[in-house]
Amino acid sequence: MSDMSKQEGVAEQFAQFDHVTRGPLATVQRFLHANPTMVPFIVLLLSTVIFGLISPNFFSAFNLSLIMQQVAIVGTLAAAQSLVILTAGIDLSVAAVMVMVSVIMGRLSVDFGVPVPLAILAGMLCGLGTGAVNGLLVTAVRLPPFITTLGTWNVFLALNYYFSGRETIRSQTLDAEAPLLKLFGERFEVGGAVLTWGVVLMVAIFIVLWYVLQYTAWGRRVYAVGDDKEAAELAGIRTNRILVSVYMAAGFIVALAAWSSIGRVGSVSPTSFFEANLQSITAVVIGGISLFGGRGSILGPMLGALIVGVFNSGLRLAGVEVLWQLFATGWLIILAVAIDQWIRKVSA
Amino acid sequence: MNKYALLKTTAFALASAAILGLAQPAAAQDEQVSACLITKTDINPFFVKMKEGATQKAEELGIELSTYAGRVDGDHETQQQAMESCIAAGVDGVLITASDTKAIVPLVRRAREAGILVIALDTPLQPLDAADATFATDNFEAGRLIGAWAKATLGEEAENARIAFLDLNESQPSVGVLRDQGFMTGFGIDTADPNQWGDEDDPRIVGHEATNGNEEGGRRAMENLLQVDPNLNVVYTINEPAAAGAYEALNAFGKADDVTIVSIDGGCPGVQNVAEGIIGATAQQYPLLMASMGIEAIAQYAEDGTVPEPSEGLDFFNTGVNLVTDDPVEGIPSISVEEGLERCWG
Repeated sequence: MSDMSKQEGVAEQFAQFDHVTRGPLATVQRFLHANPTMVPFIVLLLSTVIFGLISPNFFSAFNLSLIMQQVAIVGTLAAAQSLVILTAGIDLSVAAVMVMVSVIMGRLSVDFGVPVPLAILAGMLCGLGTGAVNGLLVTAVRLPPFITTLGTWNVFLALNYYFSGRETIRSQTLDAEAPLLKLFGERFEVGGAVLTWGVVLMVAIFIVLWYVLQYTAWGRRVYAVGDDKEAAELAGIRTNRILVSVYMAAGFIVALAAWSSIGRVGSVSPTSFFEANLQSITAVVIGGISLFGGRGSILGPMLGALIVGVFNSGLRLAGVEVLWQLFATGWLIILAVAIDQWIRKVSA
Repeated sequence: MNKYALLKTTAFALASAAILGLAQPAAAQDEQVSACLITKTDINPFFVKMKEGATQKAEELGIELSTYAGRVDGDHETQQQAMESCIAAGVDGVLITASDTKAIVPLVRRAREAGILVIALDTPLQPLDAADATFATDNFEAGRLIGAWAKATLGEEAENARIAFLDLNESQPSVGVLRDQGFMTGFGIDTADPNQWGDEDDPRIVGHEATNGNEEGGRRAMENLLQVDPNLNVVYTINEPAAAGAYEALNAFGKADDVTIVSIDGGCPGVQNVAEGIIGATAQQYPLLMASMGIEAIAQYAEDGTVPEPSEGLDFFNTGVNLVTDDPVEGIPSISVEEGLERCWG
């Protein structure tokens, strides 16, 4: 906190110097610095309008809601990923944990006859547990998050194949024996738009996180730890505890994503979502959260996930080949980080 | 051949010397026959079954078998290391399903120069004759069977069909291309260049989407093509997990009853889906057979140097494919779902 007020003080002092030289570009730069969600918001708005003009059928409630359905899982993972990235970390294991947890929920309820709510509870605990493992490795063993989660990614992937026996649990089996697992795949209609509970879950998670990060002490500590861990420690924050709690919260959200993913995919498939960890990082970066930690709004990654969805849908409906969708996503990432770097210079 | 035999003996000698710390060139004479199996991954039930087939047969024939697998489909490095280990160990033969069918070729050449019999399983190398032999499903024929079945099942409506293609991935691997173009041939669509999809101009084609061969990709791809044409009525899928995902999407769009899905693989969950009417017909392949026949070929080669011959009219050894459906049509050979379930894998 003291850091922030110091910065503002400096900005005020130099305001008179800047006044002469600051052009419209610098004004934009300062505006974006103060409002980190504006960049993804503007990009989302512009891309939606542009694709609405050039792609037939794009601008329908049905298509827009389908995009929501398609990004719901990666978006939910991105919420977990954002928490970790806000602390200047990264979590490469999110997708592997998600698939593993979905397998655990599925196997327990279908093959071991555990009541479905208990199986779901076990999955949630598992998510918390994986988060605790990541968090403790980062704090107690002092490993860099990248290395830690690169390692646990492989570990959880291996466990996933072990638990699943590499076999898919069929959609029809789930319908018969554990329909509750498919809850988040249930659809409902709102004025031509078809939404699933998975979409609602994603939005709800982002709103809860936004509130918690904005208005609770824990939230402000997460930002402080990410911005400058040493300063946070000097300010009396028990940074290791915050870090472990962040990884555990992320693990819990990933477990929710796992539940949601069963509804989305229909079956419990150990081979799905192989690239989802990178897709979640993509959404976070495009959403304007700084990989250096401590900066960016939690709502950004949801917009980031939607931007990727809008681009893919828009390009496809315009008849563009899939490889150009990849091409566009690549440039979006580079552009997003470039803008982030440029905005950061305000405070430099 | 003499030179190869000499090299092989030397390799054996070196390997045993390294292991035992002794130089015993004579030991190579009555050395146990050994073989390597290198698969794409250990995840996919298809390759798990392949390993099972190889292991069973190797035990039966008293062959020492080492197995290796890549981490994921496309993991060339691990396969490369495995190939190097097998050459160093001086095995008699290697069975490989290559992740990168071109990049592995120089190593395959090195293995063959060391007198090792290299058999490509399931996935042909590029060029195909880089391996001593290829034991594979006739993927084109597999596609042709389901294409012909779909056409016959639709009857006159085939003229106005709206067909969605759920393919493997954007790099258009040979397996995916053969199945896709085989389907088109069976259905009576002009394939233009048979070495790629996407260059056809038949108006019945709604589009091609990548699925990565899993449920999640299948669902997404199906949703995407339903957006292009909500009235599509035939869905070709690269494999049964993709078909299961496609069915979820069709169900969500309320179209599950109006669409015929066809697929390829013959995995047990897939054949079960045929039994339940989710998939109309699937073309079943036999990974266990590929691997066990491969081991037999290595045993034969170690005994008298015989290199396996390709099937008649093909440039590879066809390990067989059967159409599985309970709605057979005249003129297209098929087996019942019951038989398909007996012979399914995974």
